[in-house]
Amino acid sequence: MTVETLGRPRRKSGGAFPFQSLLWRVPWLRPALLLVPPLAWFVLIYLAALVLLLITAFWTIDTFTTKIIQVWNLDNFRIILTDPAYRLIIGRTVILAALVTITDAVIAFPFAYYMARVATRRVQTILFAAVLLPLWASYLARVYAWILILNHSGVLNWSLQSIGLPPANIGYTNVAMWVVFSYIWLPFMIIPCYAALERVPDSLLEAAADLGARRWRTVRDVVLPLALPGVAAGSIFTFSLTLGDYITPILVGGAGSSFIGNVVYTNVGIANNVPFAAALATIPVAIMAVYLLAARRLGAFEAL
Amino acid sequence: MKGLDAKPVHWLRLATTAAAALMVVTACGSTTTAGVTTQQPPTANMKPQTTIGTGEGALNLIAWEGYVDPSWKDQFQKDTGCTVNAKYAGSSDEMVTLMAGGGGGQWDMVSASGDADLRLIYGGDVKPMNPDLVPDFKNFQTYFQTPPYNTINGTHYGISLQWGPNTLLYNKAKFTTAPTSWSVLYDPQYKGLVTVPNNPIQIADAALYLSKKDPSLKITDPYELTQKQFDATVALLKQQRPLVKKYWDLASDEISLFENGDAMVGAAWPYQTNTLQADGKVQVADTIPSEGATGWGDTWMLATKAPHPNCAYLWTKYVSTAHVQAQQAISFGETPVNTKACAEMESLQAGSCAQYHADAPGSYFQTIKFWKTPIATCPDGSQSCIPYAQWVTAWTSITA
Repeated sequence: MTVETLGRPRRKSGGAFPFQSLLWRVPWLRPALLLVPPLAWFVLIYLAALVLLLITAFWTIDTFTTKIIQVWNLDNFRIILTDPAYRLIIGRTVILAALVTITDAVIAFPFAYYMARVATRRVQTILFAAVLLPLWASYLARVYAWILILNHSGVLNWSLQSIGLPPANIGYTNVAMWVVFSYIWLPFMIIPCYAALERVPDSLLEAAADLGARRWRTVRDVVLPLALPGVAAGSIFTFSLTLGDYITPILVGGAGSSFIGNVVYTNVGIANNVPFAAALATIPVAIMAVYLLAARRLGAFEAL
Repeated sequence: MKGLDAKPVHWLRLATTAAAALMVVTACGSTTTAGVTTQQPPTANMKPQTTIGTGEGALNLIAWEGYVDPSWKDQFQKDTGCTVNAKYAGSSDEMVTLMAGGGGGQWDMVSASGDADLRLIYGGDVKPMNPDLVPDFKNFQTYFQTPPYNTINGTHYGISLQWGPNTLLYNKAKFTTAPTSWSVLYDPQYKGLVTVPNNPIQIADAALYLSKKDPSLKITDPYELTQKQFDATVALLKQQRPLVKKYWDLASDEISLFENGDAMVGAAWPYQTNTLQADGKVQVADTIPSEGATGWGDTWMLATKAPHPNCAYLWTKYVSTAHVQAQQAISFGETPVNTKACAEMESLQAGSCAQYHADAPGSYFQTIKFWKTPIATCPDGSQSCIPYAQWVTAWTSITA
């Protein structure tokens, strides 16, 4: 397309031609047009939802008809911060998310190390498939499978009793939640750990060996610091996924297993107190913001 | 709810936090307002349709689990061409939320219970219905033609469906004789074997038990509690929490808890008993203890913006017939409001009419405290009773 033809647009050839000349005359228009759809999506759909959430948190509801009353107040936050029940629930959610993260890191690291640095190509492929296979099945199916294992007449108690041990009644308890969460989110820890471990250059390990470091010394001083961003990246998944979950507490939790998500769900789906739910939903957002800042310091974002 | 069959009774005392409203509804449906301002529901002036047109081909229902069973749904679909889409709700509150959220015209009807009805009516989510379009309406038990939870100032905001008690379900291996009191749910002896619904209205069950156990609290209506009565009830429920294995959300949760041996005793609906007995994996039975029981009265209500009103009326007409009423009663384990259903029940399952009290006299109602929305206005007209929003908050801290 030459400058000459653009300079004399043929009016009868439809709308496209003057439009192209406009793009040519205004150089910033083309990138702007390219960026508008994704930016609009991001701002309107993604950010606007968060902003609305935050605004709603400062409103209240008519207790009888549960219609939202748009009067600004801080009552929702005051209740969350002063009522011991909510502190208990927030505390339980954060502690369990941390426990699950630590458990997954402890299990995933040696596993990922073996996968990345020890296993042959063939074994590696098999292990990869084994790690990812559970993700093919529905989340719900996997949680229900755990109910069958952990409940009173389940596989666990049956196995324990058949070898003469007392039954472990951990079905419908927080222990059950810890086990199930650790199981469900494990692949999300293994994959980033594997990616980080695979990237550790062999030359560094050889250098460590040349300088006389034994195997454990090498792992501690060379491999672990280099793989830490991978663990941190994995922990973002395990921590945030546990923090936001509410299905596992409903299914395998017992009395006293409510998570922040459950109270949010109750307030939206049962009490229809959306403002209170919104106020409560800002808590995990704040926790994750702090967590992500910490993870960034550990270099998690370079490992992703 | 004493004196349910007395003549003019103060059925309902209803108020919003803004304007105290008191209305008196009599048993036969004529209404008088008692001096104070009467709040009109937002949809009160919407005229219900007078004829049922051709079905729109679809019907979207919000219902209790088991209320849209294929055994009667399929025949309806065949007869009318209305394809029924049902969403099961786990609680009355969920129904209110779904209706308020789907007020844009997603839902046609909701099988709401008494504790949700007033919130739906005053929220403007449902509109008046025309009972003349439901031929079986005249066969309904008088009380259920104009029950206070769905009829206001003589306007019907729905057509009664079924009613029933909340029962005490127990495992017969654990309890060789039937428990006679709700106290078993609060007895440390059964620690870790108890299950109760995860529902704020459950506070009323505890209040009902306390009304008999501790008469000094002077609880007369488990839905109208003063701060002192409410605190005592919440304290009892907090003591109960360590005994609870799980607060169940769906009826199917409780069924699996009993089948797996994780729960031995719990508050339930007759539906769970029937399902468990039919499965036969564990031996269970249910009972209404000496303190009485809470109960529900369900109503099919028509959404204000229902997209398929003709199918909705066809459905209401259909489920009100004696045969379907009997089918549903036996399937769910509840009591039909259609008096003609008794004979149908007997032909489906001998003895079922008496089993579900479909032939019960008015005195039976006195043992059932029907669910209703707790409001701030006490029976004496003061604003010192605990409204439902606080029940929800208290329930969160009980089950936290």
